[in-house]
Amino acid sequence: MTFRGTSLSLALGIVLASSTSSFAVTEISWWHAMTGANNEVVNTLSKEFNESQSDYKVVPVFKGTYPETLNAGIAAFRAKQAPDIIQVFDAGTGVMMAAEGAIKPVADILSMGGAKFDKSLYLPGIVAYYSKPDGTMLSFPYNSSSPILYYNKDIFKKAGLDENKPPKTWPEVWDAAKKIKTSGAAKCGYTSAWLTWIHTENFAAWNNLPWGSNENGIGGVDVELKINAPIYVKHFQELADLAKDGTFRYGGRTSEAKPLFLSGECGIYNDSSGGLGDVIKSGMNYGTGPLPYDPEAKDAPQNTIPGGASLWVFAGKSEEQYKGVAAFFNFLSKTEIQARLHQVSGYLPVTLAAYEETKKSGFYGKNPGRETPIQQMMGKAPTENSKGVRLVNLPQVRDIQNEEFENMLSGKQTAQQALDNAVKRGNAAIKQAIGQ
Amino acid sequence: MASSTRVTFPNKFLPYLLLAPQLAITAIFFYWPASQAIYQSVLREDPFGLSTQFVGLDNFRRVLGDPNYLNSLQVTVIFSVATALIAMALALLLAVMADKVIRGKGIYRTLLIWPYAVAPAIAGMLWLFLFNPSMGTLAHLVRSAGYNWDPLLNGDQAMVLIVSAAAWKQISYNFLFFVAGLQSIPKSLIEAAAIDGAGETKRFWTIVFPLLAPTTFFLLVVNTVYAFFDTFGIIHAVTGGGPGKATETLVYKVYNDGFVNLILGDSAAQSVILMIIVIGLTAIQFRYVERKVHYG
Repeated sequence: MTFRGTSLSLALGIVLASSTSSFAVTEISWWHAMTGANNEVVNTLSKEFNESQSDYKVVPVFKGTYPETLNAGIAAFRAKQAPDIIQVFDAGTGVMMAAEGAIKPVADILSMGGAKFDKSLYLPGIVAYYSKPDGTMLSFPYNSSSPILYYNKDIFKKAGLDENKPPKTWPEVWDAAKKIKTSGAAKCGYTSAWLTWIHTENFAAWNNLPWGSNENGIGGVDVELKINAPIYVKHFQELADLAKDGTFRYGGRTSEAKPLFLSGECGIYNDSSGGLGDVIKSGMNYGTGPLPYDPEAKDAPQNTIPGGASLWVFAGKSEEQYKGVAAFFNFLSKTEIQARLHQVSGYLPVTLAAYEETKKSGFYGKNPGRETPIQQMMGKAPTENSKGVRLVNLPQVRDIQNEEFENMLSGKQTAQQALDNAVKRGNAAIKQAIGQ
Repeated sequence: MASSTRVTFPNKFLPYLLLAPQLAITAIFFYWPASQAIYQSVLREDPFGLSTQFVGLDNFRRVLGDPNYLNSLQVTVIFSVATALIAMALALLLAVMADKVIRGKGIYRTLLIWPYAVAPAIAGMLWLFLFNPSMGTLAHLVRSAGYNWDPLLNGDQAMVLIVSAAAWKQISYNFLFFVAGLQSIPKSLIEAAAIDGAGETKRFWTIVFPLLAPTTFFLLVVNTVYAFFDTFGIIHAVTGGGPGKATETLVYKVYNDGFVNLILGDSAAQSVILMIIVIGLTAIQFRYVERKVHYG
């Protein structure tokens, strides 16, 4: 009797729950990887969107680092528990693109929201990177960044360098770093986050050199790496030589080098423009400059490639949920939201209108250097070397490079050996990933 | 004794019912995942599971032919032997010393047991905070003393760091068992040896150590399993398998290939190989090492 009673009330409960949900708000889950100041931005945006209307509720969930978030999303998809929106970093773009059945193109979703989707409103270089070869935009560029140069003005002064003149080329960076070290202005001259993204992928685009075949993977999945060409070898051998006496300090594979710069141990630092928030927070006397280029590359500087992350939408959700996602993405595209995002975070604005608005407001005049990441990416029409880098397994290929770089920086191998190994192992991994 | 005096269960169903929870746990947490791993290891699949293809033993062939796999086998052996040896030797030393203390015995023991309550990932973070070259307090001291401490690039130093963290965490556990083992050794034996003129060292090696053999053997098994599997959190927090592949153990490689690089077939094949290694190790330990253990 009791058993029947409970099952009856359970059944009733289910009926009640399902009937209430049909006229309640639709929840949109958003998995992301934003920490610190950028995490606050995610929460504020969700809150503002939720308060601006009553049909949908965006629920942001922090899922760890970029790779962890991607893997959590994939595991959830396999378990049929995928979130509606997931933030995927630049290197994961190829992974998501290869999974056509798992995702819903953002272009389709945005046109479901009622408003007509117009691709020309968005920054072309960024949109192209997140689009299929036929031009269909697959993901929403939430936070795009570009690598820039940071330097400590106090250390520059102490070393007798001009604090208003950041080094423009790599030889200038090496000279400044050596001067900082030998003058005793700081213990180390130069450090860098993301050796892969900055010193191979962006190094290639900025100097207009091929990183891999098939337009670095934009033109097709079958890619052979070209990063053991002499100009890369020279660049990395210089880094390895500077590492010997500590003029260059290695921090880690992603942005672990940041504390070395913030603590004043190193005078010059390369990182994403999205790292600006922490530099400002530290209260140091800093300056920024464009990403250095190699003067021996005849077309340098060309343009940098987008980094950061974009928002992907999983397939197999209800029409109602997609409408909610569309409403949220349209909200994110609003000029005032984009302009604010850009101005507080150091990420690039996604729409041209937001860029124009920021320009008109006089923000760049008051904050010199903040336009640099946009000019770097938009200054020249991209060539086949500088549209971006895309592989179905770029995270893995980056790790292979990192391992070889670490063995090079510890003196176990030369730059030539490191890059030859990275190409050999990387090519094998790409072949395996595309099933050849 | 006659078999009629044995306790029998009149109810045929009850024994199975009583065993059921344990069987269910074993089935759910061991047989099911293990069979999944075996199934996955003969497949080739994309990360999202959208296309699946049977490839037979291809994954095994590739894994075993990969020089990086042999490297991680070597790393695992060095790491496990070093961790187990250091954790057991230090624990034994501490237990023997704590056994001699007369005043405040309880306090010493309690304090020595504390690290066991620390989760592996937290233990790793603690050591990282001390020895990270860019922010570690002790790393700063070592560096300013002129020693080039850089586990981010120096593989040997990275190995020293994770072995220290892993051994440190396991010392408490071993200590607890050694203390218990020491207490079960009859004092009369030691006193008799002392009267016969055996010195402290002689007494330890001829009486205490052999009588501790069952405990030592048990701990050897536990420590090996610990070093193989439970240290993932430490490695993940401290080195992430780097620099290069200097601290990538077999378990870490399974994680890295499967969950970071998303090559599920290779990762599953490695799990199966790992399963075979552990079954083999345990069998050897019980068959050959146990025979030499004297259960007093």
